[in-house]
Amino acid sequence: MGFRKTVLAVASGVVVSVGGAGVAQAQSLTIALAAEPTAADPHYHKMTANDAFSAHVYDSLVARNAKMELIPSLATSWKNLDDLTWEFKLRPGVKFSNGQPFTSKDVLFTICRTLHNETNVSESYTDTTKRITDVKTPDDLTVIIKTVAPLPLLPAEMARSLPILWSGIAQGGKLAFAPKTGCGVTGAWPTVTDFNTGKTAIGTGPFLMKSYVKGTGIQLERNEAYWGEKPHWKTVKMVPVPSAGPRLTGLLSGDYDVIENPAARDLTRVKDNAKFDFVATPSTRLVFLQPDIGRNPSPLVKAADGKNPLQDVRVRRAMNMAIDRKAIVQRIMDGMATPAYQYMPDGMFGALPQAPEIKFDPEGAKKLLAEAGYPNGFELTLSSTNDRYVNDAQVAQSVAQYFTRIGIKTNVDAMTASIYFPKRAKREFSLPMGGWPAETGEASALFQLWVASLDAPKGQGTSNYGANYNPEFDKLYLPAADTVDPAKRKAGLEAATKFALDNVALIPLHFESSIWAFKKGLSYEGRRDQYTLATSVKAK
Amino acid sequence: MLVFILRRFMQSLLVLLAVSLVVFFAVYAVGDPIELLVNAEASEADRLAMIKRLGLDLPIWQQYTSFLFRALKGDLGTSFVHGIPAIELIVQRIPATLELVLVAITLTIVVGIPLGLVAGLKNDKPTGRGLMAGSVLGFSLPNFWQGMVLILCFAVWLQWLPAAGRGDTVAVFGVPLSLLTADGWSHVMLPAVNLALANIALVLRLTATGVVDAKTQEYVKFARAKGLKPRRILTRHILRNILIPVVTVIGMEFGSLIAYSTITETVFAWPGMGKLLIDSIYQLDRPVVVAYVMLVTFIFVMINMLVDMLYAALDPRVQLQESE
Repeated sequence: MGFRKTVLAVASGVVVSVGGAGVAQAQSLTIALAAEPTAADPHYHKMTANDAFSAHVYDSLVARNAKMELIPSLATSWKNLDDLTWEFKLRPGVKFSNGQPFTSKDVLFTICRTLHNETNVSESYTDTTKRITDVKTPDDLTVIIKTVAPLPLLPAEMARSLPILWSGIAQGGKLAFAPKTGCGVTGAWPTVTDFNTGKTAIGTGPFLMKSYVKGTGIQLERNEAYWGEKPHWKTVKMVPVPSAGPRLTGLLSGDYDVIENPAARDLTRVKDNAKFDFVATPSTRLVFLQPDIGRNPSPLVKAADGKNPLQDVRVRRAMNMAIDRKAIVQRIMDGMATPAYQYMPDGMFGALPQAPEIKFDPEGAKKLLAEAGYPNGFELTLSSTNDRYVNDAQVAQSVAQYFTRIGIKTNVDAMTASIYFPKRAKREFSLPMGGWPAETGEASALFQLWVASLDAPKGQGTSNYGANYNPEFDKLYLPAADTVDPAKRKAGLEAATKFALDNVALIPLHFESSIWAFKKGLSYEGRRDQYTLATSVKAK
Repeated sequence: MLVFILRRFMQSLLVLLAVSLVVFFAVYAVGDPIELLVNAEASEADRLAMIKRLGLDLPIWQQYTSFLFRALKGDLGTSFVHGIPAIELIVQRIPATLELVLVAITLTIVVGIPLGLVAGLKNDKPTGRGLMAGSVLGFSLPNFWQGMVLILCFAVWLQWLPAAGRGDTVAVFGVPLSLLTADGWSHVMLPAVNLALANIALVLRLTATGVVDAKTQEYVKFARAKGLKPRRILTRHILRNILIPVVTVIGMEFGSLIAYSTITETVFAWPGMGKLLIDSIYQLDRPVVVAYVMLVTFIFVMINMLVDMLYAALDPRVQLQESE
């Protein structure tokens, strides 16, 4: 093998110095991301990677702790003056990274900017702001917001999708809330490129954006004038490494200090190694099946009587009982998931405090099927992605085996996400698999889109691909969704949850866990919202 | 010469047009980017507004003609995902890929040709045989597997070199280059070796067979009979003659490395164009895919032209005009 030796000799000869490559100095941190933010503009595209990045450079009025509970941030308190009016009291003494003070004017400007955002992807940051009818700023530290309808989720939405910008990044005179005419801004509104280059990347957050290079990484520097707890790290580098293999080897070889979402099957390499550690945190992302209840017959179901058995609630309950969720979590998910017996993790707002376990009972399931008139079962196709959720294709395979066991002969059709989602939207499937995180931290997140009846203009039921329009559910859910009073709202959402579970609107499978692996000597506070934050990395 | 270049230029334009047609229709026939881009929480009105904004509501031939008109003005469309011009996105990635490819090609030349000469001159000795046998491994083992083994050996076990990513960069005239820093070199080494291995093997074999062939030719025997020094025979006579196929292959490889270093870039998380292509395909970022293919086609056409000109410089018998 003289040839190889020569090559390697040459290779190692060229390397001048390797020391220091990726060794964590006490003050600098390198994080490998699984998904890269698609822009440095905090109002560009509502995706976990983008929002997590924004949280380093910008603050919102409200923040979320690791458990997704709302905590004060740029606002110290908020309350309802009436069903349509909110008052936010702002934190005094906060400065932007350019030294300018933060005032109510900046909140007003930011709300207007989301409504004048030509370069964003899909208007994803206007969902809330376009329902605002007026913003008043009686003084520098008070903001009063009026909405077109009751918006109980306003504080949660503030936490998730309104990173505050400095009002000086666009020229203008006196600002006032008038989105149609530009709120008093006379110059050009900032574009996505302005943020990418750093020109307008001025926030109040714990870090300053030093550079953002697509595909290469993001460099952050500690904001020495930060109003809150100062981050431990002076400099932070975030490198996008989309493939799980290279991410893990990068950690093992010492290039990265923290990595997002290593593949669960590779975790043994971290577990058995004294130099590394990991944390797994259940997220709110539910993986579920969505039976086609709205059509008879359904395109991918073949039953002897020519009907669609999925319309019979007994059949859906049988399918629910046929799945051994614990086995799937143990064997397919390597323990990095939590079996789901309801649509949100136990105890979250509007979920049941403790959902009764859906027992694995193939015999009982067979009985139910026979009762529904299908003693010999029927045939259907389970459709899923193979590159979107953790081990999605394998999960689909094992669920299909459980169904086949009770007599429902199930085929699996797994495909890449970019093909799958358009097909699902065209309703070509009878039993698609889906995944959805409860990003507002409460039950309404899933119900609004996936379970409620279709009302497209209101953004309601738009993901209800099974067309399971159930007036009884709507009667429980819709009033609750508009209730501002927390106790009443909670009770209403719980009742809706109970009904949806009994009706098996969706078949829940499990909640994915998010995993972070890191060098020994560090710790990471795992977050339910799956954000990877440099501020959550602590040195022991 | 000028006529040749002009004619080639016209041909290139036709090729580009044909490629744009094929790629545009192929890429636009797959999937629905709206589904990936639009938020599930968006209302129907927002959805329709977005479809309109991206021009996806027009029939495909109309989308193509408007693309073509804009392309003539140098605008190859705007990335759906990143919201900036596709060409800008690609150009940002060019330095990284070029760095990687240049290091790999340099390795190929400085390692491949000398070793090929050795293997050819000593083709009946163990050294030569060993080199030829070893080179088979070089291009028969799959590229991604070689990459992983390199990472395992040098990054995970020995911890000499970083496993992934690009090192620190220095801006030269605004272009970020990593080959000017030690950290940059340490990062580029493994992926460049990974990219070069197969090519080294290829060039080594080509050179070796050329040398074996030339050794027995009349003109070499004559040169030896004239009493020329072996070194001069090798450089003036043998090398000049055997380099023609080698130059061709290196030229072609240079093009394909730029265009398709995808596997290596993925394995080593190297932020180059190949990785951009893969990401864009997954995200159905149609304008980027189309712009990428157009650009790569253009590069290929240019490289072919350069190779033809190099031929003429190497071999006076080659005429650049096509014979009537």
